[in-house]
Amino acid sequence: MRNVERVRTASLVLLMLAVCGRPAFAQMDFSGVWAPLFHEDQPERIPGPDIGDYAGLPITEAARTRALAWDASLLTLPEHQCKPHPSTYGFRGVGNLRMWSDQDPATQQLIKINTHIQWQEQHRDIWMDGRPHPPEYAPHTWQGFSTGRWEGDTLVVSTTHLKAGWMRRNGLALTDRATMEDRFYRHGDLLTHVYIISDPVYLSEPLVKTNGFRLALNGRIDPYPCESVVEVPRAKGEVPNHLPGTNHAAEEFAAKHEIPVEAALGGAETALPEFIQKMKTLKVPAQTPAAARPAR
Amino acid sequence: MLATAVVALIGLTTPLAMQATPARRATESSRRSDRRMFRALCTSCPDTTDFAVRGALQQGGGAPPRDLPAAHAEVHALRVQGNVWMLVGGGGGNITVQAGDDGVLLVDTSLASLSDVVMAEIKKISSKPVNYIINTHVHADHVGGNETFGKASTDFLAPTQVQIIAHESVLNRMSAPTGRQPAFPAGSWPTDTYFTKQKEVFFNSEAIILLHQPAAHTDGDTIVFFRRSDVVSTGDIFQTTTFPFIDTERGGTINGIIAALNNILDITVPRDKQEGGTYVIPGHGRLCDEHDVLEYRDMLTIVRDRVQDGVKKGMTLAQVKASQPTLDYDARWGSNAGPQTTDQFLEKIFDELQATRK
Repeated sequence: MRNVERVRTASLVLLMLAVCGRPAFAQMDFSGVWAPLFHEDQPERIPGPDIGDYAGLPITEAARTRALAWDASLLTLPEHQCKPHPSTYGFRGVGNLRMWSDQDPATQQLIKINTHIQWQEQHRDIWMDGRPHPPEYAPHTWQGFSTGRWEGDTLVVSTTHLKAGWMRRNGLALTDRATMEDRFYRHGDLLTHVYIISDPVYLSEPLVKTNGFRLALNGRIDPYPCESVVEVPRAKGEVPNHLPGTNHAAEEFAAKHEIPVEAALGGAETALPEFIQKMKTLKVPAQTPAAARPAR
Repeated sequence: MLATAVVALIGLTTPLAMQATPARRATESSRRSDRRMFRALCTSCPDTTDFAVRGALQQGGGAPPRDLPAAHAEVHALRVQGNVWMLVGGGGGNITVQAGDDGVLLVDTSLASLSDVVMAEIKKISSKPVNYIINTHVHADHVGGNETFGKASTDFLAPTQVQIIAHESVLNRMSAPTGRQPAFPAGSWPTDTYFTKQKEVFFNSEAIILLHQPAAHTDGDTIVFFRRSDVVSTGDIFQTTTFPFIDTERGGTINGIIAALNNILDITVPRDKQEGGTYVIPGHGRLCDEHDVLEYRDMLTIVRDRVQDGVKKGMTLAQVKASQPTLDYDARWGSNAGPQTTDQFLEKIFDELQATRK
């Protein structure tokens, strides 16, 4: 009987070691400066997406309506000038990424992993010490509140408390109810970052994107101060926006790329291969002089 | 687990916060509807049903806030910065607490039925008595606790008189000429009013600026700027839960709300990269900073511009509604039920812009 008890106790201890000890063996070191690789989605990431290009994104009608009202002149308002990318977009942006860890000096337990992206100094804390997310009434930030866990060698991060931000730099917005799960994979000198964004208001299903980075042993991060100024004198309270029916950017984008307007306007359906067949039944708008492809 | 419980609780209380915002249109039918709603709500009210609620209803001034039995209510304190805390939850309006060596100053007092819970939270912040109450506006979910917190301290060692400060419109709407039934009991009325653009108070080594915002959420709105702590308390001019309630019965206008939001943006200064710095305590919802106000201001300005465009083109109210000028914001800010539906919100904007066009 006593032996049975011993076996039972030993099994329990082994089980606890197996469960509790796993993260310690699974942690991957992501420390270093990582240079973004822009071959993936280059037109979106370097020159920036065309205004009116929402193709292939699972946006809602509300998101589309808001994007069509968006006027890039909004960014001339002083309060809009120094916005950094939210963490739902920042890894798509330009500039190097630095990652490093903070350990408790006494226990060497991992407290948090930091990510810092050069443009507008996007600094993010990924808490690894098991702390809970703040209550709903806590403030929201550009990078949100992130907690991480290990799945094997993969760092899985859950983010809440995001400010109202954007999924693309052409007016496609996200609300402050958006949340994100992102995953970091390291394969030698290559880092793959995947983010999965959910927004009950502007996304009909999760938006998934990937970004590649290469370890840069000579990489550096420069400061990025920002000071807002009055770029365009305006009446107090003026908010540049396109009134309904006055923004023809989607039509111009469609004409430029010889696709139907329905494709340019996006939605989950436009991301599927089946939509190619549907596109053949839809009308492609004629190019207007304004929408004509620039001469090369 | 705890966080989940808190989030669940807030989730439960948010719709109540929306209901707590007084709402109505100036029609007899909506008054009757309000009375029916009041009777229905009061089946769950404690015996000491809010006098303020009854008074507000008798004045024809908006749907009554739902007053929860205090035993079921939870109020949470959140340290903002400097001398300032935010009390949130329970279905009432947010309360700002400024505490220091001199004592305690409150901006708004939430629902009357929450007073015990609120007092318990204040005692966790400071053992000093309440010296000042500033009311941002007249609604019962913001002045309901005035009577409780406004009572003078009888502490033998530190007797205090409590000053209740508000714009004079708040006093006018809470009181009534002799012989008539006032909207709120006399013990809750402001004791010190102002009618100018601003009023100043110095308390707990801090300058506190009260700025009147004319014809905004109501005609008696005050935003309160804690200059040293760098915190602004906005009342219901700004909230994170719904489209703003435009209390047209009490002089509220969409253009006044937008103007007030622009004034808040003039005060707030982000620390860096459009984040932090001046913190903003809304009338309802979570703690914010300038960018959150900016998003709200942009949204309301765009919606106003769209309705204005329809009015200029000679569209009818039905045509404006059919054009869905809030489509991109409805799922975040709109409501099909409660004290102010999105339809009613649009009707108020349309009526105002139509009237100013003539």
